[in-house]
Formats: sequence, C-alpha cells, structure tokens
Amino acid sequence: MELRPFHIKDCALIALSSGIAVQTLREFREGLAIAPQASIYHHFWGRFLQPRFDEPEYNNDFAAWVYHGLHEKALAERLSVIDPTEFDDIEGLRSELLDRVEEHLDRSEWIPWSRADEQFYFLYSQILVMDTGISIHDPRLLTEAVGQMSLGSIFYHFIDARRRTPEKTDDFSAWLLDLGREYEALAMTVMAVDPYFSSLKEIRRVLFRCFSAFFREE
Amino acid sequence: MTRLLDAYRPVAGEDVINHLLQLSGPLKGVNVVHVNSTRQGGGVAEILHKLVPLMKDLGINAYWEIIHGEEDFYRCTKGFHNALQGHSVSIGAGLLDIYETTNRENAQRLGQLLSEADFVFIHDPQPAALIDFVPERKGKWIWRCHIDCSRPHRPVWKYLRNYCSRYDASIFSLPEFAQKLEHPQFIIAPSIDPLSDKNIELPTEEVEAVFQEFGLDPDLPLLVQVSRFDRFKDPLGVIEAFRQVRRHVPCQLVLAGGGASDDPEGQAVLEEVMVAASGEDDIHILVLPPDAHRKINALQRAADIVIQKSIREGFGLTVSEGMWKGKPVIGGDTGGIRIQVIDHYTGFRVRTPEGAALRIRYLLHHREKRQEMGERARRLVRENFLLTRHLREYMALMLSLTNGSEDRIDISTS
Repeated sequence: MELRPFHIKDCALIALSSGIAVQTLREFREGLAIAPQASIYHHFWGRFLQPRFDEPEYNNDFAAWVYHGLHEKALAERLSVIDPTEFDDIEGLRSELLDRVEEHLDRSEWIPWSRADEQFYFLYSQILVMDTGISIHDPRLLTEAVGQMSLGSIFYHFIDARRRTPEKTDDFSAWLLDLGREYEALAMTVMAVDPYFSSLKEIRRVLFRCFSAFFREE
Repeated sequence: MTRLLDAYRPVAGEDVINHLLQLSGPLKGVNVVHVNSTRQGGGVAEILHKLVPLMKDLGINAYWEIIHGEEDFYRCTKGFHNALQGHSVSIGAGLLDIYETTNRENAQRLGQLLSEADFVFIHDPQPAALIDFVPERKGKWIWRCHIDCSRPHRPVWKYLRNYCSRYDASIFSLPEFAQKLEHPQFIIAPSIDPLSDKNIELPTEEVEAVFQEFGLDPDLPLLVQVSRFDRFKDPLGVIEAFRQVRRHVPCQLVLAGGGASDDPEGQAVLEEVMVAASGEDDIHILVLPPDAHRKINALQRAADIVIQKSIREGFGLTVSEGMWKGKPVIGGDTGGIRIQVIDHYTGFRVRTPEGAALRIRYLLHHREKRQEMGERARRLVRENFLLTRHLREYMALMLSLTNGSEDRIDISTS
C-alpha cells in the first residue's frame, strides 16, 4: 500500500473584535456567556501566535485579565489552571469558565472592577491555512522537517488539528498511526505531549526530541 | 523573489518571507488602492512608502493615491483627528460642507481607479467620505483607522460613522480602539520598518558621534526619550524621575523631539520642559528636524535605557524602535505600550515618576538584566512589530474578505 504523504501546511491568524468589552467581573461573566465560540478558542489558543513570552504568568487571556485588570489573584489562578484539552468542545470549556467565575461572584462581597483603560475585549480570530509545498513520504524525515517548521506549521499540525480532526488529536500522531503498528509507540509519545502549558517553540523542541530519539534507536 | 522583499529576509527571517509568498499566491494580479492625505510626513505615509512597493513585489497591483484639499479641508480633518482622540471639538457646518465637497472632487478624479479596484484601503478620516461618491464599487472597501479612538467625541464620531459604517470592514490598531460597527473589525497593530533610516543598523562610529554632536558624556549612562513635546508623553515626569535617579546614580538624560512651531500646545510644553531642565547640565533637550531619522536612530542605539513614560498613548511606536535596538524600555502603563513592554521581560511599565526612577535605578545597577531584557525586546519586535507582519496581516485580511466570514480559510492546494 502506498503511504499517504504528510503535507506540511502553515497558518496565520488574523484577529477581529467581537464588539464585547467588559469592565467588571459580572460583565465578564455575561461576556463569557455570549461570546462566540471562536472567541473562547482565541483567548485560550490564539495567543500562541500573538505577542507573548515563553513563560507567561497565566495560561489564558481570561486569567491574565482577571489578575492584571481586576487584581483577583485567586480567581486568576483558578482560571489559569483550566486545561482546554480536557474538554470535548468549546461549550464544555465555556461552561467550566462560567462555573468558576460564578462561584467567585457568589463568594464576593463586592463586584471586582477594572480601570476604564483596562477593560477586557473579547476578540476572535480567523485562521488562514497555507500550503508550504513540502510533503514527507518517509517518517524518518519527520525529525528534520519538524526542526525546520515555522511556528505557524506547529500551530496548525499540533494545536489546530485538535479541533478539525475527528479524533481531536494532532496530525503527527494521526499520520504515524495510519502507517501501522511500527510507529504506534512514537505516536503515543507524541500524543502525550501537553500542548497547553508550553509555547510553540517548546513544542517544536519536544517534538524534535521525540522524533530524533525514536529514529536514533530504530 | 525580488530585491526589495529579499532585503527583509535576513532581518525578518526566512519563515516570515515564506509566509508572505504563500499568502500572496491567490492575490497575484489583484488591484489594491491605498488612499490617504499625504505622501510626506506622519506614520501612515511612512508605512505606505514601503508597504506599497512590497505588495507590488509580491505580484499585487498596488497603487497609492492621495487626496488633495484646501486649508479649510485640513482644518476640518484636524478637528476630526482631535475629536476621535477624545477632545471636545465643534466642527461647523461650513467646514463639513468643505469636507464633503473635497471628497466629492477627489472621487471624481480617482473614480475609475477606485471603482475598478479589488480592494480599497482608505486611511484615516480625511478620505473616509470618498465611499459616498463612488457608487459603482467592484471591490471591497476597508477603512483603516490609525488613530486612538477609544473614547471619541460622540457628535463627531456620529457624523463620521455615517461614512465608516458603509465600508465592508475596518481596521483598528488595538482592540480598545474598535467601535460599534456592523461590519468585521480587524485588529492590526502598526509596525516599524527595520530597513528605514530610523531603524537600520548603523556603523559604531555614527552611533558614537552623537556624544560629541550633542555634548553628551560617553562615560555616563544615557537615558533617552524620543517623542513630541506633548503633555501625554509626560516629559516633566521623565525629568522628575531622572532627578530622583541622579541622587543615587550618575547618569544623563536626553529628551529628543520634533519642532513644535505649528503647535501652540507643543511650544508651551517645550518651554515648560526647558524651564524644568534649566541649570541641569546632564539634561539635554534636543529639538530635531523631522527628517533627523538617523540621529534619532543613533541616539536610541547609544542609550542604555529607552524611556517612553506616556500617560496616554495610541500605540507608541518609539517603544518598538527602542526595543528593536536591543534596549529595555521603561514605558507608561497605557495603550499600545502594554503590548510592547511586557512587564519584567522587555522592560517595565510604570505609572509614576517614582516608579520610573525605581526601575531606572534597578536597570542601571544590573547591566546583565539590561542586556537580557534588551535581547528579549528585540526578539519581541522581530516576531510581532515589523513591517513584514503588518503586510502579512493586510494580505490575510484581503483573503478573509474574499472568502467570507468562516473561521477557517484554506488557501492551500493540497
């Protein structure tokens, strides 16, 4: 059987305003309830391709604003620890966010608010998928290919893949599993890489290490 | 690959240029017209001078047109500008008539080009009314607002909204600047051109020459703020911070800005700054001509710390300029400075002269921190605030508008 090649794609995000801006925790709750799904996704994942550093204080934009805008450290910690990969879909993730915010509101004696110039703006993004023109026919070439991939390609194949594939997994492990049992262990190793508490550069490094270790031993 | 785009490869990176080439594929041959009100001076013209040739390099038929008007037209649009920035400005019906007439006349002159273009980018309020006078529009029209209109003066915005709402999309520099409009509002940050005189690498001798030229002491740490003499840039706060620092650490301060002869407010601020700095040999107030880009570049490169202690700021590209030169920046905690100065990583964000003084002292005592933050700062700008990213987002926007409002637009062929 001829191997299905791995087509390396690349992507870029473009951010748009959802028109929802909030200043208090109660407004934030309302915003979370009505924001488009693409906005919830953007504030968890889109930030990987936005200006930031490898060691962010908080792991999603909501938690960062709750800390920096509202100065509610406890809630910021509770929001930051939410791992979006644990939810089947965006609605499940939204529900968890709402639960944690509502719980905090129930316990608050007053409604936390931010300065006027520190409001939270719900954004969303569109993803543009491009073809790099590069295809891999031999899994042994993955090591070199991953090492040279742009961060957009890592985002597309490792993060975006989770919302467009039926198995909600990354493209690398899906491809390796397709190739047969020989690569099953490698696929499992790749699937075990936690994408969320990391950066695209770190993910690229980890994948490179996974592939190079496997094919060196082979 | 053409020479102009190729020149950006070493500074912006291979990935970035490849992205541009991939994105431009479906846009080859499309007609794009940019319209603004001046070819010289100001950030918009500076960006278009490079953006348009780069688009052409990528196979896009890009044109740049300017609208012409008389003095009253510019009086009116200056009023728009101030009102969008939140000033309470009253613009009389007579001036609004002139605004509309001027746009109608320009629409007649540019009509065919505009009506046949696939994409028309209208920059800022000056040409915003053109859309009203080009009834046959083949392509998508985008209003690009470069102004901080987070809190616009409502009556003026209400007037302009009549025009802006007719566009197919708008672009704002920051999420907080976006307005309630029925069409898609894209968020695209401005950028610096790494190959312009303001930002290009300079020979060491040229950097060192500024010490002699401006009477600076090469042995003293140098703090530099480059900005107009404007209260929102808080030059008096910078002087106060400097005085607090200098009680503990010897250093010198340069406040460099453009001439303010056509701006009575700017002239008054400059005079206040002169008074505040009088008798201080280590404070240097430099009023430089508008084309002194290489001097500004050299001063930023000569600096140990770059300051931009604004109390209100649209985007504050001088921050990215300083960061591109590998300097940590102490910036006001406001506007676009927040997405450039990542607190404790690329510099410090401060709200008071005391805060600025504290952070300056810390950085002057920790050379290795300055270097570490400066390196991160340069990396942040390289990845996010260069002209190439700006161009990529313009092309992404065009593809987005062509392909509808889907979350996912696949332009790959595989």
